[in-house]
Amino acid sequence: MAYFDLENKGKLTVSPSPHINSTASTQKIMLHVLIAMLPALCFSVWIFGIRALLLTAWCAATAVGWERLCNYLRKRPSTIGDLSAAVTGVLLAFNLPSTFPFWMAAIGTFVSIAVVKQLFGGLGQNFANPAIVGRIVLMLSFTAQMTHWVKPFERGADAVTSATPLVSKSADYYDLFIGKVGGCLGEVSALALLIGFVYLLCVKVITPHTTVAFVGTVFLFSLAAGEDPVFQILAGGVMLGAVFMATDYVTTPTTPLGKIIFGVGCGIITCVIRFYANYAEGVSFSILIMNILTPYIDRFTEIKPLGAKYPEKKKEGDA
Amino acid sequence: MRSRGVLLPHFKGTQDTETVTLPLPKKVTIPMSMGMGAPCEPLVKKGDTVTVGQKIGDTDKFMSAPVHSSVSGTVTAVDDHLLSNGRLCKAVVIETDGEQTVCPDIKPPEVSDKASFCKAVRESGCVGLGGAGFPTHVKLNYNEDKRHVDCLVINAAECEPYITSDCRTMTEEPDSAVDGIRQVMKYLNIENAYVGIEDNKPEAIRIMTEKTSGDSNIHIVKLRSSYPQGAEKVMAFNTTGRVIAEGELPSDQGIIVMNISTAAFISHYLKTGMPLVERRLTVDGDVVKKPLNVKAPIGTPVSELLRFAEADIDSAKKILMGGPMMGICIYDPDTPMIKVNNAILAFSEKAVKAQAQTNCIRCGRCISVCPLKLMPCRFEKAFDAKDKDTLRRLRVNLCMNCGACSFVCPAKRRLAEKNQLAKELIRT
Repeated sequence: MAYFDLENKGKLTVSPSPHINSTASTQKIMLHVLIAMLPALCFSVWIFGIRALLLTAWCAATAVGWERLCNYLRKRPSTIGDLSAAVTGVLLAFNLPSTFPFWMAAIGTFVSIAVVKQLFGGLGQNFANPAIVGRIVLMLSFTAQMTHWVKPFERGADAVTSATPLVSKSADYYDLFIGKVGGCLGEVSALALLIGFVYLLCVKVITPHTTVAFVGTVFLFSLAAGEDPVFQILAGGVMLGAVFMATDYVTTPTTPLGKIIFGVGCGIITCVIRFYANYAEGVSFSILIMNILTPYIDRFTEIKPLGAKYPEKKKEGDA
Repeated sequence: MRSRGVLLPHFKGTQDTETVTLPLPKKVTIPMSMGMGAPCEPLVKKGDTVTVGQKIGDTDKFMSAPVHSSVSGTVTAVDDHLLSNGRLCKAVVIETDGEQTVCPDIKPPEVSDKASFCKAVRESGCVGLGGAGFPTHVKLNYNEDKRHVDCLVINAAECEPYITSDCRTMTEEPDSAVDGIRQVMKYLNIENAYVGIEDNKPEAIRIMTEKTSGDSNIHIVKLRSSYPQGAEKVMAFNTTGRVIAEGELPSDQGIIVMNISTAAFISHYLKTGMPLVERRLTVDGDVVKKPLNVKAPIGTPVSELLRFAEADIDSAKKILMGGPMMGICIYDPDTPMIKVNNAILAFSEKAVKAQAQTNCIRCGRCISVCPLKLMPCRFEKAFDAKDKDTLRRLRVNLCMNCGACSFVCPAKRRLAEKNQLAKELIRT
């Protein structure tokens, strides 16, 4: 009877299809994001000096360190190779002024990596963007240091402080676009961020939906509210948030429609905070709030499968 | 709107090589189930002498096609055979005598109308040669009262990597292929035929366009080479714009979808009366030294095909029936090839090494490539939570296991596999 003898046929692998994979990987995606952040980093070093680079490197290093420590404590294999912790570290640094103390920055990366990301189960499981929450915690804890802005091209510890354009409401469009203004490390140069945006689009890491919806909404809302729309999209963190934070895969919707809703929501909340609330800047809060709404957006933007048939809803009274 | 899909590497190295005929194997094993539907009952017993084309298995069930001997020789056993789906069926083992004596009953069938055409197709043992193996006569015997079928969609996409057997059919036997299309259209009163061919087969497109230049109702449709262009619903949608909805057969939308090699076989059968006893298939893969297209009798051991293509069977880690996206692994190189096999692929460990899974990063690539617009990453989470309501709402039952989602996943999640488990979960 033994035509088939499973015992002696152990050489060949039997597994479900498909048997080939694309070359895409999480690591490659994160590497693309890091590359896309390089122009903004270069501009930042040009404008704020070498300390911008040191702070960014420090944030990336501590973020990776916290990630490895969490892996060790959770007895999980190391996940620093996927580069997501490095991305979070650099993003957090982009949200800090160049004079920010190193030890405080380490607290920020701890909140981002250990609390927001690893306590929820690591990459893919966090409900909010780690860098955003890190920034918000630092902002609330160390408000003075977080708003200690340096004038562009002023070097040294006794650098002259200046208000960001959002507070002073004065800067010409050219300076704003190039980034010759005060502000956080990575947010000042709209040009550099747009170079990163185009790069991410070209390598197909992100789609334009969220970014365009976010920036477009800020523009239109400002116009309607009687504010200067060009100033509003160039000043502050709108570009940084729209290109690098609101496009984070994990904490934003997965469908095109969901992404547009997410971007529009971010734009509206940003403007409401900027124009009508106590804070000068609302980008981080807007993204955090939309992160929290993401599961609901996902639920209501489910795609109709090709050829799906839904039973007709029973009218009330038909029992 | 065109359906989405994923761009795969093609690896169609055998596209321009002439088909060769396999030297007669010493022994063939012909399973009684070689496609969808009920298995046949063996009509022969140990010790019987059989001839080429002789019917050796049949059933009275409608959803099935009879089985014929592919060689002449002596039946040495009628044994149990383990199918790839885990079920058992009978298989007839025949030792060949090298004569290839043709069965004296073989003569062209008398066909005059739809009923006799369907009957002849059934007797030919024809099943869909593209891979799924749906009995062709069942497909043709649709209920005419329900809806008039006005479109014949000929599937010549051949979207899986490596496989070139349909392409070779079109370049080597274009007359049979076109004649088969005409015959089906004639007997079923179908107005239009659409032949969908992927644009990575320019030679086949050229030849088919030339051969159908006189037929105003046969249209050659050039399709983008994206996977899974050859899936039934995708093919029907991209050629006719009609959506075959949940639970529907193509005929409910007025369509019959048929593989090009099936059409070529039907033409061949109507002329000669020789049932489906051999087929063309691609033998390729990284351990195969001489990749080729070969015509081989049904039931030939896979190992024999691989040896003919000078494959190093000992270093093969995976042997597939079909393409790398949907093909089925075999555990034994001596497993016989069957009617639906359009390719035998053998890969070394290096080529098919499973990569470690990491966490889903919700990038949405699986959603954007799904040809049926499903949401595989959502299925996975719902399946892990045993959330049947969500699985039903998101229609996991529509998944056809094309594997595009698993292919593109940067976290190497085995999404297609989970989808099949999820389909099983909601069935209970």
